[in-house]
Amino acid sequence: MSNLLLLPVIVPLATVLILLLAHGRKWLQQIIGIGGIALQFTVAVWIFVVVNSQGIQVIQLGSWPAPFGITFVADLFSSIMLMVAALIGLMTAIYAMPTISDNRQRFSYYPLVNAMLMGVNGAFLTGDVFNLYVWFEVMIMASFVLLTLGGSRQQMNGAIKYVAMNLVASMLFLAGIGLLYGQAGTLNMADLALKIRASDDAFLLNSSAMLFFVAFSLKAALFPFFFWLPASYPTAPMAITAFFSGLLTKVGVYALIRFFTLFFVQNQSFWHPLLLWAGGITMLVGVLTAASQYDMRRILSFHIISQIGYIIMGLGLFTVAGIAGAIYYMVHNIVAKANTFLVAGMVYKLRGTYDLKAISGLYKNYPLVALLFVIPAMGLAGVPPFSGFVGKLMLVVAGFEAEKWVITGVALLVGLFTLFSMVKIWNEGFWKKHTGNDASDNKKLPVAMLVPVAILALITILLGVAAEPVVELCMRAAHQLIDPSSYIEAVLGKQY
Amino acid sequence: MGLILSILTGVLYAAAIYLLLRRSIVKMILGIIFLGNATNVLVFVSGGLTKASPAFIAEGQQVAAEHIADPLPQALILTAIVISFGIIAFSLALMYRFYKITGTDDLDDVTEEDEV
Repeated sequence: MSNLLLLPVIVPLATVLILLLAHGRKWLQQIIGIGGIALQFTVAVWIFVVVNSQGIQVIQLGSWPAPFGITFVADLFSSIMLMVAALIGLMTAIYAMPTISDNRQRFSYYPLVNAMLMGVNGAFLTGDVFNLYVWFEVMIMASFVLLTLGGSRQQMNGAIKYVAMNLVASMLFLAGIGLLYGQAGTLNMADLALKIRASDDAFLLNSSAMLFFVAFSLKAALFPFFFWLPASYPTAPMAITAFFSGLLTKVGVYALIRFFTLFFVQNQSFWHPLLLWAGGITMLVGVLTAASQYDMRRILSFHIISQIGYIIMGLGLFTVAGIAGAIYYMVHNIVAKANTFLVAGMVYKLRGTYDLKAISGLYKNYPLVALLFVIPAMGLAGVPPFSGFVGKLMLVVAGFEAEKWVITGVALLVGLFTLFSMVKIWNEGFWKKHTGNDASDNKKLPVAMLVPVAILALITILLGVAAEPVVELCMRAAHQLIDPSSYIEAVLGKQY
Repeated sequence: MGLILSILTGVLYAAAIYLLLRRSIVKMILGIIFLGNATNVLVFVSGGLTKASPAFIAEGQQVAAEHIADPLPQALILTAIVISFGIIAFSLALMYRFYKITGTDDLDDVTEEDEV
């Protein structure tokens, strides 16, 4: 029992309420909004420290014993995710100060970001399937408003697709919950794990498992459900796109990993090849479509898709090494991906366009921006010593150990294509001789844009250089996921 | 009763998917409403239809004297209805904004080429 687990929900909720009182005052909004997320980050680190030293933390809401009440559970995986989510929220909120329009900052941006983080945190912590649905709704409602505010023509187009796809996914999710409850008679995840593992006719559960798989794949932008993402993400302001790219799809991936390690473990000969296929095709399609784009935002958006494939590959391998690789890759990818978007925002500030054909010569005039781009970009491509290298290495080694040759080959090939895309941005945007007027090229970037990018770049380097403790941590988190007995015991107590 | 509700669920899903595939946003939103209601009925049916008394336990007793109906699916549906109410309100506002900005109700009139 630990009331600590309520804080990741209560802190953003309180922040939203206070922000609504400070309606219309930009400075107050910035201080409270960013302060609230900083507090949330502190709480997340605290939870991580507690979970890391004392094991899985559980709270039964309203003291209704599991499986009857709603349970909040923090194991290593969710506490890692909590930390990364708050980190990305904090960095993008700081980045938003000089980049998001005054009107948005005065009224809507900070409350919405905090509301979305509340949904994300709730989704990471909850141990109840229906409660997860509710947190998903909290999260997507906030993201709908963040995405649609402002409203140019193409933003509306992307927003409608995004809203429609997410609502369909939510309804499939809910239908899955209905069928699951009808078959298992419980919605508590630990109880489900116990019941499904003990049951003989778990085959019937495949229908609801498939509904969950499709619903989460839609949210995670897995093949063949990815098309809404490149249509909608690039239309929002960069701080919001970076925030989304780091978190929204990853919550879908988190739910997939949680469900398919904890209780949907029946019929492995059907599910694991399916996950591997979905992951492999997602990787390939994402990276190949990115190669044909010339808009920086669209290239990066397609790369979100291909990177999701790697994480799903780790899940599909279903070994400790594979899951550990997936967790490490997720952390690395959230940080590096959000950072590349933030750098793209810088480029836009300097050149006024995202079109690679029009951007050029950044390296000569802005060497610092070039350096800040190269770190996350090479990180994504998997070049040592950055974090992506370790992540890809873990997954590839796990793939070879599991003797899944095809998917491992695909993963290596896609790494090469990712490098190609990043080099393309580098060549066109940074190295090519600038055709325009050099005299106007002495703009200064605000410190509030540079600091978050530099911090995220530093994390990308640290994750790669000091990989040992992080890898070890991911291994322990993966052990907890593969063998859920400690999770079940923490939730249901010793007597089960 | 179970059979009738199951058929109703199927009909609602079919109508929802048909409407969702239309190009008009109004019809798409109607589709989302249908989809929500279809899902609610599905949750209700799959929770098991029992003819029994409400889930109350008489004063002074530990267990219910007679067979009681499972209240959980109803609680789930109630929550889902409230959430879909908010979602539909938002979708309608979004549709209005879409119409104001683009001057059309047809999704195919707005293409991704507009971005360039």
